[in-house]
Amino acid sequence: MNVVQAVGRSTLGLLRTAGSVAIFAGRGVSATFSAPWFGGQFLRQTVAIGYLSLPVVGLTAVFTGAALALNIYTGGGRFNAEQIMPQIVALGITRELGPVLAALMLAGRVSAAIAAEIGAMRATEQIDALQTLSTDPFRYLVAPRLLAAVLTLPLLTAVADIIGISGGFLVATSTLNFSGPLYVQNTWNFLTSWDITSGLIKASVFGFIVALMGAYHGYNASGGARGVGRATTHAVVSAAILIFAADYILTSLFSGK
Amino acid sequence: MSEPSTPTPMLELRGVMKRFGDKIVLDGVDIPVAKGRSLVIIGGSGQGKSVTLKIAIGLMAPDAGQVLVDGKDVTRLPQSERAAHNAQFGMLFQGAALFDSLTIWENVAFRLINADGVPRKLARERAVEALTRVGLAASVADLYPIELSGGMQKRAGLARAVVAAPQIIFFDEPTTGLDPINADVINDLIVEQVKRLGCTAVSITHDMASARKIGDEIAMLHKGKIVWRGPASQIDHSNNPYVDQFVNGRADGPIKVEL
Ligand SMILES: Nc1ncnc2c1ncn2[C@@H]1O[C@H](COP(=O)(O)OP(=O)(O)O)[C@@H](O)[C@H]1O
Ligand SMILES: [Mg+2]
Repeated sequence: MNVVQAVGRSTLGLLRTAGSVAIFAGRGVSATFSAPWFGGQFLRQTVAIGYLSLPVVGLTAVFTGAALALNIYTGGGRFNAEQIMPQIVALGITRELGPVLAALMLAGRVSAAIAAEIGAMRATEQIDALQTLSTDPFRYLVAPRLLAAVLTLPLLTAVADIIGISGGFLVATSTLNFSGPLYVQNTWNFLTSWDITSGLIKASVFGFIVALMGAYHGYNASGGARGVGRATTHAVVSAAILIFAADYILTSLFSGK
Repeated sequence: MSEPSTPTPMLELRGVMKRFGDKIVLDGVDIPVAKGRSLVIIGGSGQGKSVTLKIAIGLMAPDAGQVLVDGKDVTRLPQSERAAHNAQFGMLFQGAALFDSLTIWENVAFRLINADGVPRKLARERAVEALTRVGLAASVADLYPIELSGGMQKRAGLARAVVAAPQIIFFDEPTTGLDPINADVINDLIVEQVKRLGCTAVSITHDMASARKIGDEIAMLHKGKIVWRGPASQIDHSNNPYVDQFVNGRADGPIKVEL
């Protein structure tokens, strides 16, 4: 097989996958916006996706904020600009690291769990059973997960923002001789509401990606236990890649560059 | 070969074809089932029995041919009509396919709660009643599927299939994976429930004891076609080499086991 053929074939494969993901997403979204709704499922997913992710997201944020503060302090020192460290940390966390890190943790935790659960339901004919029981799997399984992820990831990101900035604050006040009140005041005066909002909008999009990749790969799992394993891996990897791609696209849209 | 067809069969597959890649699984299958009758489809592993059932119940679309329910062509029913259409079906899956995140009674009452809008309290009563009918104690209602043996899971699956009084009920290998005693219990329960509901039943199996017990009629699926069909009582006098070989479980004959 020559190179042109190989490239052509994998391009076609990619387009086909993109098409089926888009159709899946469309069905998921339309199921979210039309009755019947399964409120119990939505609450269950909100707890599983949002509440239970708080510890991992919080821990990631505090360490990242602390490390970021040290790095920016060191880097800033090269221009005698150590003093703007709080502002840069705040900007970096709210616009970029808060949403991206929270989303990546959810790709690992939530995409994987969704793919494994729905994949196992596929393998054991539970999805077929849903249909014969007059219940649309898109409404019962996919929509609650999409909605829960889209709504809770911004909340998790808000928490990550606060904890991340606190991480910077702790390092700054305990080892770098910053004054606590001044740190808070500098951060507060510097941040615009758009710094925060743009990060939360990103988080919503990432939440959609996380749930969509989990549900898509789980729903289309085939081949028993191995298939479920494969679905889980694909869900995590594709969610992570799409999060980075979406992050770049959204950032460039927001900055108008 | 096939029975003279009654005015309108309750369920009918007409010229159904299905292939996966290069592999032709169903090659023109015609199966009418009269109202109130119980048909068992037998055949070797991988002959397309499950695919036939999935096409009949609308979980899979045929490549060609039609599925008619009570005379109405439902082959390409839009998703929006599917849910209402499925209300007349019940199905017992091979592995029971109970939802493992729900308790047994929530499983049995699933359709009542999630599709029919029956209040939970009433739905629970009806679920417990259905469980009792298949010989499961009310104490089982609050357990999770994982806490039940295979035989009990099958019974709970049967209760779920019959709780909303379906018109047509499907059984996918109801006795596979059960010991002979539990298998016989399930067969008896199936016969009892189908009779009580007066519904039409289509089962697939490779267990001949089960086929004799639950079928009014038996049809044999081989190489994508129905090669024989007749009353269950005629299964030992079919004069059909495929049926004879299958029923007697012989290695030599027209059916070649593909390795
Ligand atoms: N979704 C599917 N995709 C590809 N091949 C399938 C699918 N479902 C069934 N098959 C193939 O169709 C054939 C018939 O399968 P099945 O109906 O499950 O057989 P059985 O008679 O044992 O129930 C098998 O060769 C199986 O591999
Ligand atoms: Mg089968």
